[in-house]
Amino acid sequence: MLEARTLRKSFGRTTALDGASVEIGEGEVVAVTGPSGSGKSTLLHCLAGIIRPEAGEVLFAGRRLDTLDEDARTRLRRENFGVVFQFGELVPELTAEENVVLPLLFGGRGRRESLEAARSWLERLDVADCAGQRPAELSGGQLQRVAVARALAAEPRVIFADEPTGALDSLAGERVMGELVGAARESRATLVVVTHDNRVAAYADREIALRDGRVVAGATAATGGTADGTPGEAAAGASAAGGVSR
Amino acid sequence: MSTGHVLLGLLSERPKHGYELKKEHDQRLPGAKPLAYGQVYATLQRLERGGLTEVAGTAQEGGPERTVHAITEAGRAELDRWLAEIEAPAPYVASPLFARVVVATLAGGTAEEYLLRQRAAHLTRMRELTARKASGSPAQVLAADYALQHLDADLRWIETALERHTVLKGETDA
Repeated sequence: MLEARTLRKSFGRTTALDGASVEIGEGEVVAVTGPSGSGKSTLLHCLAGIIRPEAGEVLFAGRRLDTLDEDARTRLRRENFGVVFQFGELVPELTAEENVVLPLLFGGRGRRESLEAARSWLERLDVADCAGQRPAELSGGQLQRVAVARALAAEPRVIFADEPTGALDSLAGERVMGELVGAARESRATLVVVTHDNRVAAYADREIALRDGRVVAGATAATGGTADGTPGEAAAGASAAGGVSR
Repeated sequence: MSTGHVLLGLLSERPKHGYELKKEHDQRLPGAKPLAYGQVYATLQRLERGGLTEVAGTAQEGGPERTVHAITEAGRAELDRWLAEIEAPAPYVASPLFARVVVATLAGGTAEEYLLRQRAAHLTRMRELTARKASGSPAQVLAADYALQHLDADLRWIETALERHTVLKGETDA
């Protein structure tokens, strides 16, 4: 469903990705982990079509993503991808509800339908009470739940989350991860979470471990989670995790 | 004598027999190693000798006759004293993980490969615990939290060790 082939990307003299390759299947929940500077955010940005690699290929549903022009990539992102950032990145001038509605309107949905979808997602994430409030009036946990509602309301096929609990305390983070993973599994969306927190990574079926811009473990579902490439172990953990949340 | 204090705590609710104590211990401390019957009876004997519990009669519910134990005044005082204490932070590094890394370097090999395999095993266990939390009782969630945070601490130590290893290697190469 989502694939990167030997991606290379540098920022100035810093090499962020140095031949990174991954395959992510439909409906999989994967965690991209690694120390600071290992290239995990850059990999996410390349997979999500936000930035273009200097070399290598990015494929979504068998289609090259990195060769599309800016407009085509934006359209593809809007129709298929949802993104959750570390600090929510909500529009500060809009209410929580408007923040969720806006991308739906951009995506061509009707006003009434968009409003209904937004309300039901805010309800589901237990932030319906905050619908009329602006981001500055919300707690960190509420902000992230609104951001999750916004990402999921458009029913994306892939959800990208970059350190979605990075700014939250332990219990607020647990709640956001529970909702994010639960909603992704329910709607059979693929979820790619970048994190440096092992407890967040433990929600995923598989860990894609990065080091110095390369994938050192979990590049494909068969090798997922085991650093020595022994198949099976991680897959067993994955089905156990999936079984409970369904 | 931590098992003794847990039994005293269970008896502080009402008198109970040994089989009941074993069952309740395992239920209320999920994730802890289940108590062996022999240990329950040995501990009860010790508590009784110390005057912290006493025999309060027998019970028979269809099965064999069972001795019912009750907490004494001295037992309650001991329980209060124990609850007012803190557990001393561990004075030694007793982790087998640590020993393996040091021994691996002593043996002239590299600990890196071991650390990566250990990391994968820890993370697999964390996935199981995280999944279990979704449908667990409050005590099971607390037990899973405890286990998860300790595994996480190990993992962070493993990551630091891997980083230091790279640094050390870099120094010897240069």
